[in-house]
Amino acid sequence: MTRDDTDMQDLYRELILDHSRSPRHFGKLENATHTADGINPLCGDKLKVYVRVGTYGDIESAYFEGSGCAISVASASLMTDTVTGLQVDKAEACCEGITNRLTDRGPGEVPGIDLQKLRALDGVRQFPARVKCATLAWHALQAALSNETAPATTE
Amino acid sequence: MSAVAQVASAADWRDDFPVLDQSMHGHSLVYLDSAASAQQPAAVIDAVARYQREDHANVHRGVYTLSHRATEAYEGARDKIVDFINANSRNEIVLTSGTTESINLVAQSFCRPRLHAGDKIIVTHLEHHANIVPWQMVCGQTGAELVVAPINDRGEVELEKMLDLIDDRTFLIAVAHVSNALGTVCPVREIVEHAKAHGIPVVVDGAQGVPHLDIDVQELGCDFYAFSGHKMFGPTGTGVLYGREALLEDMPPWQGGGDMILEVSFDKTIYNELPYKFEAGTPNISGVIGLGAAIDYLQAIGMQRIAAYEHELHDYMVGELRKVEGIRLIGEAREKASVQSFLLGDIHSHDLGTILDHQGVAIRTGHHCAMPAMQRFGISGTSRASVALYNNRDDIDRLVVALEKAKEVFA
Repeated sequence: MTRDDTDMQDLYRELILDHSRSPRHFGKLENATHTADGINPLCGDKLKVYVRVGTYGDIESAYFEGSGCAISVASASLMTDTVTGLQVDKAEACCEGITNRLTDRGPGEVPGIDLQKLRALDGVRQFPARVKCATLAWHALQAALSNETAPATTE
Repeated sequence: MSAVAQVASAADWRDDFPVLDQSMHGHSLVYLDSAASAQQPAAVIDAVARYQREDHANVHRGVYTLSHRATEAYEGARDKIVDFINANSRNEIVLTSGTTESINLVAQSFCRPRLHAGDKIIVTHLEHHANIVPWQMVCGQTGAELVVAPINDRGEVELEKMLDLIDDRTFLIAVAHVSNALGTVCPVREIVEHAKAHGIPVVVDGAQGVPHLDIDVQELGCDFYAFSGHKMFGPTGTGVLYGREALLEDMPPWQGGGDMILEVSFDKTIYNELPYKFEAGTPNISGVIGLGAAIDYLQAIGMQRIAAYEHELHDYMVGELRKVEGIRLIGEAREKASVQSFLLGDIHSHDLGTILDHQGVAIRTGHHCAMPAMQRFGISGTSRASVALYNNRDDIDRLVVALEKAKEVFA
């Protein structure tokens, strides 16, 4: 098996294929407190992220809908799994941690949070053209959450 | 041009393109994205390098020998373009940065001063964004309306319906010669014929037409024909706007600067003559010289010969793709040129593009800058393979093998 075949299997791991075929928390969340769109202009794919933040600042529910490639859908699905139940600041730290890890720009860990499952996305690092697919949902989540927590910047 | 003269058969053409001689992820490179940008033959690369090593100076300015040589080479390329598309004269050949700039020039210089609120510009549903957005912009500036002619399920312009849209408020028709996303060859001659009967000018987006068809702008009868150098094996950042001289003569410059003037004072500027009044600033000299070399290369082989070869290869590609289980072809016009879009099962085009890339096969994936055309088919994008004179049946076979591999990954 060549290095390239390994890279390919690394990108399309079973967990990624599973989440892309059967995305979790897929659909519209009716009583969302925050939403944001994520658009990848390269391919025109769009995701919409829905979050319901409870009175204690925790994410009670996170959903997404839209269409995208296997990588973007799987990443969004894994994201909703990961952030459900987290405090908003922890979820934001996860967004940053994942983006850092996939782009090798900073610490890819978040203290107190187990991101082990998200290591399935690591294969994308060998595919620079596809990193944006993997980070799309996380950017959308960040946008959704910042609308609430930083109303001063909202015009 | 002795190197070009030696080009004898299709099998040899491939050897003229140095970039193709490399391996990609452990496989020999199969380049099937010429509709996005065609590769350059050594003759073009060498012409650009020779100019830069031996002849570079600014054009139209210096009295010294080097500047004269640069000007001769640059203007020599313009002459080649005149001949290549059979324009009437050099005055009709405006050199631009590409099709996009050419179309924007028409929108801003020809349309904007003349358009009134309620006038109409007709485009078709299959256009590239470069033949949509400039018209939207000028419509926004003037209150004119953009009207869209429909296409059918095969991806063909519905000519009768398009002609029905023509009325006394129609100011202009803009249409692609060949659709970059669907490969459809549009009935430009018929459209021009009907438009002429109503006195309506026609702009042809020829970005995909020029590399594949033998273009004769006088025979087509269009008023403007826009195209890019890099789709026809020349350098990026080069392009052409052909315009009928009578129309160009009446149009104001759209960018001001050096080279487009005869005389400047703070009271008044007298503009240069055609085509220079549309060419402000130092142009892409080396690129245009490369474009001239690309024309030499194409003409040495012969556009009709190239078209015939590509047509045969395209038919082979479509035939082989049809055999792939789970494939859905997008764009099945009866008249097509060397581009085939498709979907494979429910595999997203970007996933497909990545898997193919890792087998050395380069295709385009996504919306192809033709989002409305994608929307017409209810999809967000496709995978697209496009062939050029340097491709062969082996390339198509490799594409098919790679598609089967992709199905395995997503099985």
